[in-house]
Amino acid sequence: MNEEVRGILVGHGKLADGMLDAVAGITGSREGLTPVDNASMTPEALEEHVESLAGDGPSVVFVDLPSGSCAFAARRLKCRHPRIAVVCGVNLPLLLDFVFHRTLPLEEIVERLRSHVGVSIEYTTDADSSVPGR
Amino acid sequence: MPILLCRVDDRLIHGQVVVGWGAQLGLDLIAVIDDELSGSEWEQDLYRAGLPDEVEALFPSVEGALELIPGWASNAARGFILARDIATMRRLAEHGALADIEVNLGGLHSAPGRQRVLPYLFFSDEDRAELRRLKRAGVNVSAQDVPSARRIGLDELLEMKAG
Repeated sequence: MNEEVRGILVGHGKLADGMLDAVAGITGSREGLTPVDNASMTPEALEEHVESLAGDGPSVVFVDLPSGSCAFAARRLKCRHPRIAVVCGVNLPLLLDFVFHRTLPLEEIVERLRSHVGVSIEYTTDADSSVPGR
Repeated sequence: MPILLCRVDDRLIHGQVVVGWGAQLGLDLIAVIDDELSGSEWEQDLYRAGLPDEVEALFPSVEGALELIPGWASNAARGFILARDIATMRRLAEHGALADIEVNLGGLHSAPGRQRVLPYLFFSDEDRAELRRLKRAGVNVSAQDVPSARRIGLDELLEMKAG
C-alpha cells in the first residue's frame, strides 16, 4: 500500500477550520487534513510551520488565494521539497476528492486535482434554470 | 507614477495588498524595494506567478529605487511601494525619496523581541527607534491594515501599550 498523502489546508481567517468542518460534516472524518491559519505569523514562521506539518512525507498544500501570503509560503516550500504539491483556489469538491484518494501516489493525486481546473466551479444564470414554474 | 500606497509589510505581496488595497485604489505596478529580493530571480518569479496578469512587479534594491523613483513622476501607472521593514523606508526617506508620501504600516508580525501593539503590528525596540528616525526625517507615518480600518497616526501608535 502507498504511503498516505497528507493534506495541509492553509487559509486566511477561519477558512481552513471552516472547510475542514465541512469535510468532516460530509465524510465523518477529519483524518489526513490539517488546518492552518496565517494570523499574526511572519512569512518565515508560516513557512516553517507548514514545513513541520508536511514532514518528509508526500503532501499537498491547499491554499485559498493565489496572491496571498499562504500561497507564497507554500510555493517557497515547494522549491525545497519535491514531494510537496501546491494547489491554489481550494474548494470543497477538490478537498473531498483528495480525502477519498489519499492512498494514491502523489503524482496521481496531482493529476486528479488538475482535472478539477475549470470543472468544480459552475456558473448558473437565471436563463439556465430548469426549475418548473420559474 | 502616482504612489497610492507606500507600505511596510513583512508579507510583501499578499492578499491585503493585492486584493484589499489593490481593488480599492486600482493597481498597475508594485515596486517591492528590498536589497535581498533584488538579487534573487527565483523569488521574484515566485511573487510574479501569484499576481493578476494586469499587475506588473519590480524588485529594485534601495539604491536601484533611488534611481527609479524620480522617473516615476512621468509614469501614469498606479503604483504601490512595498518594503518588508521600517529601516528600508528610513533609508529611502533619508535620501529624500519619500517627499510628500505617507508611509503606511500594514504588517509587522510576531517575532522574537517584538511585542504586540495591534493585531497586525508587533514592534521591537529597534522598530520603535526606526519609526522615530522616520519621523525626524519628516515623513508622515500611520498604521492601517485594510482600507476599511481606522488609520492610526504615529504619535498615538507609539503611545499604545505593548503587550
